[in-house]
Amino acid sequence: MTEPKLRIRGLGKTFHSDKRTVEALRGIDLDIALNEFVCLVGASGCGKSTLLSIVAGLQDHTVGEMAIDGDPILGPGLDRGVVFQSYTLLPWLTAQQNVEFALRAAGKDSAACRAIAREHLELVKLENFAGHYPAELSGGMKQRVAIARALSYRPKMLLMDEPFGALDALTRQQMQSLLTQIWEEHKLTVLFVTHDVEEAVFLADRIAVMAPSPGRIVQQFDVGLGRPRHEDLMETPEFMQMQRQVHRAILDAARPQAGAEA
Amino acid sequence: MNTPRRRPQSRIGQPISRRSYLATSILVFVAIGLVWFVLTTSGIVSPIFLPSPGKVVSQLWTLALNGTLWDDLVASLYRIFVGFLIATAAAIPIGLMIGNFARWEAAIEPLVDFIRYMPVTAFVPLTILWTGTGDMQKFTIIFIGTFFQQVLMVMDNVKRVPRDFIGLGRTLDLSDMQILRRIVLPSAMPGIWDTVRITLGWSWTWLVLAELVAATSGLGYRITVSQRYFQTGTIIGYILLLGFLGLIADQVMKALGKRLFRQDTQH
Repeated sequence: MTEPKLRIRGLGKTFHSDKRTVEALRGIDLDIALNEFVCLVGASGCGKSTLLSIVAGLQDHTVGEMAIDGDPILGPGLDRGVVFQSYTLLPWLTAQQNVEFALRAAGKDSAACRAIAREHLELVKLENFAGHYPAELSGGMKQRVAIARALSYRPKMLLMDEPFGALDALTRQQMQSLLTQIWEEHKLTVLFVTHDVEEAVFLADRIAVMAPSPGRIVQQFDVGLGRPRHEDLMETPEFMQMQRQVHRAILDAARPQAGAEA
Repeated sequence: MNTPRRRPQSRIGQPISRRSYLATSILVFVAIGLVWFVLTTSGIVSPIFLPSPGKVVSQLWTLALNGTLWDDLVASLYRIFVGFLIATAAAIPIGLMIGNFARWEAAIEPLVDFIRYMPVTAFVPLTILWTGTGDMQKFTIIFIGTFFQQVLMVMDNVKRVPRDFIGLGRTLDLSDMQILRRIVLPSAMPGIWDTVRITLGWSWTWLVLAELVAATSGLGYRITVSQRYFQTGTIIGYILLLGFLGLIADQVMKALGKRLFRQDTQH
């Protein structure tokens, strides 16, 4: 068996506040293979964003282990590119400069920064907006710049925390198509958090369903839909069938008594 | 039978044209000037309490011609420049630190909050004891009056920087100091600029206060001297001048801020 790109074993997270302790995550085991696209879904409060944030190194975990290519994750790093739900474009920099900002942090010289940033803006089809400031871009465009930025320094995997959650339905669909297209052409390892089942089925190779209190993975689905995927896939019976199954699993997982079993 | 009429629209929050805005503002100034003029020229109010507008202007003109006004202005501007600069230069880095690091906040925030509630006026006698009546004492009063407010306001500006911006910096493997310098500070800068602009207005008050109590030059000093000799015209002229200087400083800062932070303000 080949080594997975990302390997999570027995991961748990407990929050301590003055009054009480909350177990946010318990016994998370998850492997993501090279160039696999995995979506984490679940009802709100199930800890899926917390899990992603821990993988990003932005939060500590209480127990368990994580490794990328066998190297333990000990904090944030350039081997993981993160796309946040809030666009996190720096408002005083142009689209181009926002991408260059990351490249400079990754230690590239300025000529390389310019060229690579340009190339990645082309990848997200924003080459004509390189000189625009974030305030002059729509939400979808901002998120495309953020994706270009996260990809630009060639991380080993991409972590996306509900990146399209703040977009309107039409833009969201366009973004999903664009992301799928980029993924299919360039091959990336992706962990993608969403509460939108349709989005998960459309994007993912595999879907992990999480249950709340404590947050844990209760079921996984292999999305056996072929590629390349286009928007009309969403109308096929196979797609809807898969969507129903995942949806059912989320609802089952979110039932209160399900918490007793773990 | 009359057809039902549309109810009048609410005027809350409704804009008016730029012209009518300007006209209204000017009208108020003119009206107050007119009341002043009528009150003083009709003899209702004695000139010892309130001289006529013409008298005030001619008084200012005389002082401008003989250089007094210029000397006073230079003395005061110098004091405010130095005092305010020291306060701001200290407040921005310290505010940045307490806005980001809990240990710094615990060490400084409660202390600053405590000092902030001590009336600046009460420090005047003390600062005279400490530093005499020269420029140093003016710097000190301006510093006490502005620094402690600025620190807390800058801290607030810094805390408004979105958490995810800091997350971004961390995922890019930047050190804490790099995050502060490259992300937090530029991100908070429009807010900090506003803080500087607002506190600059306050610092005029502290300057004049210090000059009223003990000084041998400056706008506040001239006001005290004029009171001694019943030169009400000079007092009023100087007060108007101070208001005018404050207004100009504020407008300049505002215009500069708009230019500097164009990208951040338009949404």
